[in-house]
Amino acid sequence: MTSAPATNENIRGAVHTSSIHDSSHKHVAGTAVYIDDIPELPGTLQVYIAMSTRPHARLASLDLAPVRSAPGVACVLSAADVPGINDASPVMGDDPVFAETEVCYVGQSIFAVAAPSIDEARAAAGLAVIEYEDLEAYLTVDEALAAKSFVLPQMKMKLGDAAQALETAPNRHSGRMRIGGQDHFYLEGQVAYAVPGEDADVHVYSSTQHPSEVQHNVAKVLGVPDHAVTVELRRMGGGFGGKESQPALMAAIAALVVRNTGRPAKVRLDRDDDMEMTGKRHDFVIEHDVAYDDDGVIQGIEFMQAARCGMSADLSGAICDRAMFHSDNCYYLQNATITSHRCKTHTVSNTAFRGFGGPQGMVAIERVMDEIALQTGRDPLDVRKANLYGTGDRNVTPYHMTVEDNVAPELIEELETSSNYRARRATIREYNAAGNILKKGIALTPVKFGISFTNTFLNQAGALVHVYKDGSVHLNHGGTEMGQGLFVKVAQVVAQEFQIDIERVKITSTTTAKVPNTSATAASSGSDLNGMAAQAAARTIKERLIQHAIDAHNVPREQIVFLPNRVRIGNEEMSFADLVNEAYMARVSLSATGFYKTPKIHWDPMTGRGRPFYYFAYGAAVSEVIVDTLTGENRVTRVDILHDAGQSLNPAIDLGQIEGGFIQGMGWLTTEELWWNDAGRLMTHAPSTYKIPACSDRPDDFRIAIWDKGRNVEDTIYRSKAIGEPPLMLAISVLSALTDAVASVGGYKLLPDLDAPATPERLLAAISGLKARAAS
Amino acid sequence: MRDGVRFLLGNETRELESVDPTLTVLRYLREVERRMGTKEGCAEGDCGACTVVIGEPGPDGMRYKAVNSCIQFVPTLDGKQLLTVEDLAQADGTLHPVQDALCDTHASQCGFCTPGFVMSLYAQSINGEKPARSELKDILAGNLCRCTGYGPILDAGDRMGDRPAPVPADASDTLNAWAGEAVTISGKGRRFHAPASGDELAELYEQYPDALIISGLTDVGLWVTKQHRDLVHLISLGKASDLTTIDVADGHVSIGAGVTIADAHAVLGEHFGDLGELIRRFASLQIRNAATVCGNIANGSPIGDLPPALIALGAELTLRRGSVRRTLPLEDYFIEYGRQDRQVGEFVEAVRVPLLPEGRRFRCYKLTKRFDQDISAVCAAFAFSLKDGTARDVRICYGGMAGTPKRAGAAEAVLEGAEWTEEIIRAAMVALESDYTPMTDMRGSADYRMVSAQNLLLKTYLETTDRKDETRVLETQGGGT
Repeated sequence: MTSAPATNENIRGAVHTSSIHDSSHKHVAGTAVYIDDIPELPGTLQVYIAMSTRPHARLASLDLAPVRSAPGVACVLSAADVPGINDASPVMGDDPVFAETEVCYVGQSIFAVAAPSIDEARAAAGLAVIEYEDLEAYLTVDEALAAKSFVLPQMKMKLGDAAQALETAPNRHSGRMRIGGQDHFYLEGQVAYAVPGEDADVHVYSSTQHPSEVQHNVAKVLGVPDHAVTVELRRMGGGFGGKESQPALMAAIAALVVRNTGRPAKVRLDRDDDMEMTGKRHDFVIEHDVAYDDDGVIQGIEFMQAARCGMSADLSGAICDRAMFHSDNCYYLQNATITSHRCKTHTVSNTAFRGFGGPQGMVAIERVMDEIALQTGRDPLDVRKANLYGTGDRNVTPYHMTVEDNVAPELIEELETSSNYRARRATIREYNAAGNILKKGIALTPVKFGISFTNTFLNQAGALVHVYKDGSVHLNHGGTEMGQGLFVKVAQVVAQEFQIDIERVKITSTTTAKVPNTSATAASSGSDLNGMAAQAAARTIKERLIQHAIDAHNVPREQIVFLPNRVRIGNEEMSFADLVNEAYMARVSLSATGFYKTPKIHWDPMTGRGRPFYYFAYGAAVSEVIVDTLTGENRVTRVDILHDAGQSLNPAIDLGQIEGGFIQGMGWLTTEELWWNDAGRLMTHAPSTYKIPACSDRPDDFRIAIWDKGRNVEDTIYRSKAIGEPPLMLAISVLSALTDAVASVGGYKLLPDLDAPATPERLLAAISGLKARAAS
Repeated sequence: MRDGVRFLLGNETRELESVDPTLTVLRYLREVERRMGTKEGCAEGDCGACTVVIGEPGPDGMRYKAVNSCIQFVPTLDGKQLLTVEDLAQADGTLHPVQDALCDTHASQCGFCTPGFVMSLYAQSINGEKPARSELKDILAGNLCRCTGYGPILDAGDRMGDRPAPVPADASDTLNAWAGEAVTISGKGRRFHAPASGDELAELYEQYPDALIISGLTDVGLWVTKQHRDLVHLISLGKASDLTTIDVADGHVSIGAGVTIADAHAVLGEHFGDLGELIRRFASLQIRNAATVCGNIANGSPIGDLPPALIALGAELTLRRGSVRRTLPLEDYFIEYGRQDRQVGEFVEAVRVPLLPEGRRFRCYKLTKRFDQDISAVCAAFAFSLKDGTARDVRICYGGMAGTPKRAGAAEAVLEGAEWTEEIIRAAMVALESDYTPMTDMRGSADYRMVSAQNLLLKTYLETTDRKDETRVLETQGGGT
């Protein structure tokens, strides 16, 4: 399904159509340009960043003289060489570009070497003489909790009186689970290419989701005003949150080399260095204490969430907040106390990753649902349905926001039927009762994901639109393209506004020189924010064209109609290009900026109350699995998804986000295991050891549908809904289905001890443990 | 011996008089040729973003195969044709049908992995057969995509053959004219030799025993890209065509040193059942197209997937130094971690695997976090005969359980001559605890390794009794209930 052809009635690339990704032709031809593909200027230096080999140590001495005298070395930089502020952090000022007196994780940047080739730079770096004095290192959440080591203060959310409910309810259970982190494994690693300009200017090509923050960090490190730094990129080879705050370090070091040598400089991390040096999804320990009635309806719950933030705050505050915001998922908790600990450890500082804490919060409540189901003997789906938010009542979240757009009950009902859940569950029970070595499991889990940056001020966006004399359009906005199809969606919006074919709209690189002070392309907000900003810019120009037509053709406003690729003015029609040229000749400005800020939202972290989200995105999935009880090997055999994309701007792009998000979530919860050794070194730092899903891991039977009733009650861009993150959490159904399969070994009476990721090893241990518990 | 290497890049001849013998094809393409379509995702042959197609003349015309350019060295291209994503479109810019299909199915998101997928599909397209879904998954097992979830890519693969697809102009005449000659090249203080026969190789290696013998580079390539080792002298098996034979004769399958795992796949699968499935899951097609059976043995890895199966099957190794050959049972080659019974100047010339006699049972299993393109936590192989309900000639070998692939002597002893019952199997499972003291690492804990190793013995038992249960999740058909 590609773009529908243009007709007299329709433009090519209208909203709500499946326009192909604007770069797909270039992707398949190998002509799409990524940062490392940009032709290098003569004299370009390659930069190697030397990393700490200790988790926590004082830098007793750092002798870089042998590095400086090595062949080819053009410059060597360490903390003392930073003219501005030695920090590349997003918020808190605690991420040094180069370690000063102390190193705080294995992989931390200590110094950088620039040389004509990366081989020379790397070889030279190996000549440094570094003496460490080891200090006590906390590597795990438990060690940090015990030591009360935190990057940020504890947070609490409170609804009703959970303690009281726990005392009085008829049933009460508590538990603890570990939820592993996840490496982004964007196929294109971190890369920045900095080029000198006049004065102290530097132009940085950075693979980043957040050009404005890279710009600000580079300026801060160089000690120059923001205006001296331009950051630009056309596309990333994947981001997933890993290029939100992380690219500032690479960009800052490249810019420092430019400053010191006057030569262009590139920092491109190889896969291993990237995986060791840059942050990942936070791993969590979550404890719960839940009270419920005999039907399994929750009366009260306490959650203790503890996240491994690593050595600095990075974005951990907002991530841990979002974990708390999603500890309810789709369920009314009545009485809830959620406590969040932001643990400081001597490991890499963890960062944004698709879902931004939400997935971890949701995994915990879904495990509670599975636990209640096993304890009460009810179908887990019935327990879930009994606990769903209501539509008129039972609709207040633990952060005191009323859920006004709850479509979960309706959507779940539809998926339950279309997936044939009940009958399949019965068949699976029979299969498992037959005493096979292989056991099957099935689960339906829903998703409700809050849309908006919870830091309210971030919910703003800008765009810049030029219409040229020939009627072609130059589109620019603050959003970045990482593969998610943002650029084509925003181009569709502009094409729709002007009623011109999408090919007439040129999509251009993101650059801080065109749209300033942007927010990260993150929080699933890209289309919502930039689509609205671009629409506003287009409408400004369109209004000028209308005003021109009214004046020049002497017709009333209502007789000016934008038809596909043409405009009707009174009884005449002229091409869009002709009208544009006419307006130009009449000295009408054909360039405009657009701006958007999300309405209605507010959040007070001090009181734990507010409306942090403009709306919620919903979805649900049914997953079926088969598990080998002798080895823990398993396969996801069928998945049914029903997802609410509102009125999708581009169904093909949205389906891609749903499938890709699901598979990425499935990887997080099954095969993707980050493994550190006792010395605090990540040992799974390449695809040979870190296993993201491969082609054959995709379920053979995978049925994905965008909910045809989907509509946004809020006035978003063409009533669409954000799609980037929510589908990832549909994969929690896989973890629940695995839990269901393992629970069969204990006669469906006990909750398996199953942490995430559910590797074959963890599954086998859960099976063994359950057999032992069932026997005793 | 010719100085310099010569190959086709697309249809253009490239002649290099001097090159760093360890310069990877990927770096050559990007840094020298400025062909930027081929991407580096991992530099270890695990992600497939760097996939290129290599064409080689064979007895039946050109053969094309996908390989990982990130771990191939430039001199090994000698006498071959290198095709990259830039070679696919027609002169007028018309895309190749596999490229069109990927556009039509919305199969690229960030696009960084896409050229690699294009090339894997392209290799299949040239070779002609329209793959079934399951074959398509095997063809693409070595290409990772982090965005799409693979569905649209598989859909694009399903369209293969729907439209006539152009194939590369036949370069066999050019390449055949270049064939048969040994080559050497130097650069950056490093040397490369590719002798044209096993005899030349033996002579050269005897003369330069400090040189490193290479073939598919799927391990040695990483010594350069990952460990940044300085390999000063390489001797390649790549042009010794007499080492690339597979013979089935005298009750044995004989596999020469230069035979790739891909080329051995069909024969080994035909004669040794489960071994075919093990090889299907051995790394990826790109790796199997380059890696050799003998290389997987020679490098002595404790987690190579072939040695446990071949040891259980009773394989023998032929080692050669100069004109002197000796054979030894494969298990004796592995002395301890990092140490093999290979003398100075001696190389692995061939491996001989006895065919399974009538009634001989053979099972092998590979346990990994991910089914495809993963290294075993535990690899297990069992060969035995059942005579009158008792087990005979029991050979059990595990990988991942010790510093070498190692036979389970104690467990074998329990089973040898014993009645084939679950009780005796359970006794043998206990005996495994005296055979092995596995280690804990990122692939699995010592506990998991031991328990799953024990359970695999139980699984073998269940699969060789009358039970009709499904025992392998990969063999459960199709989708869900």
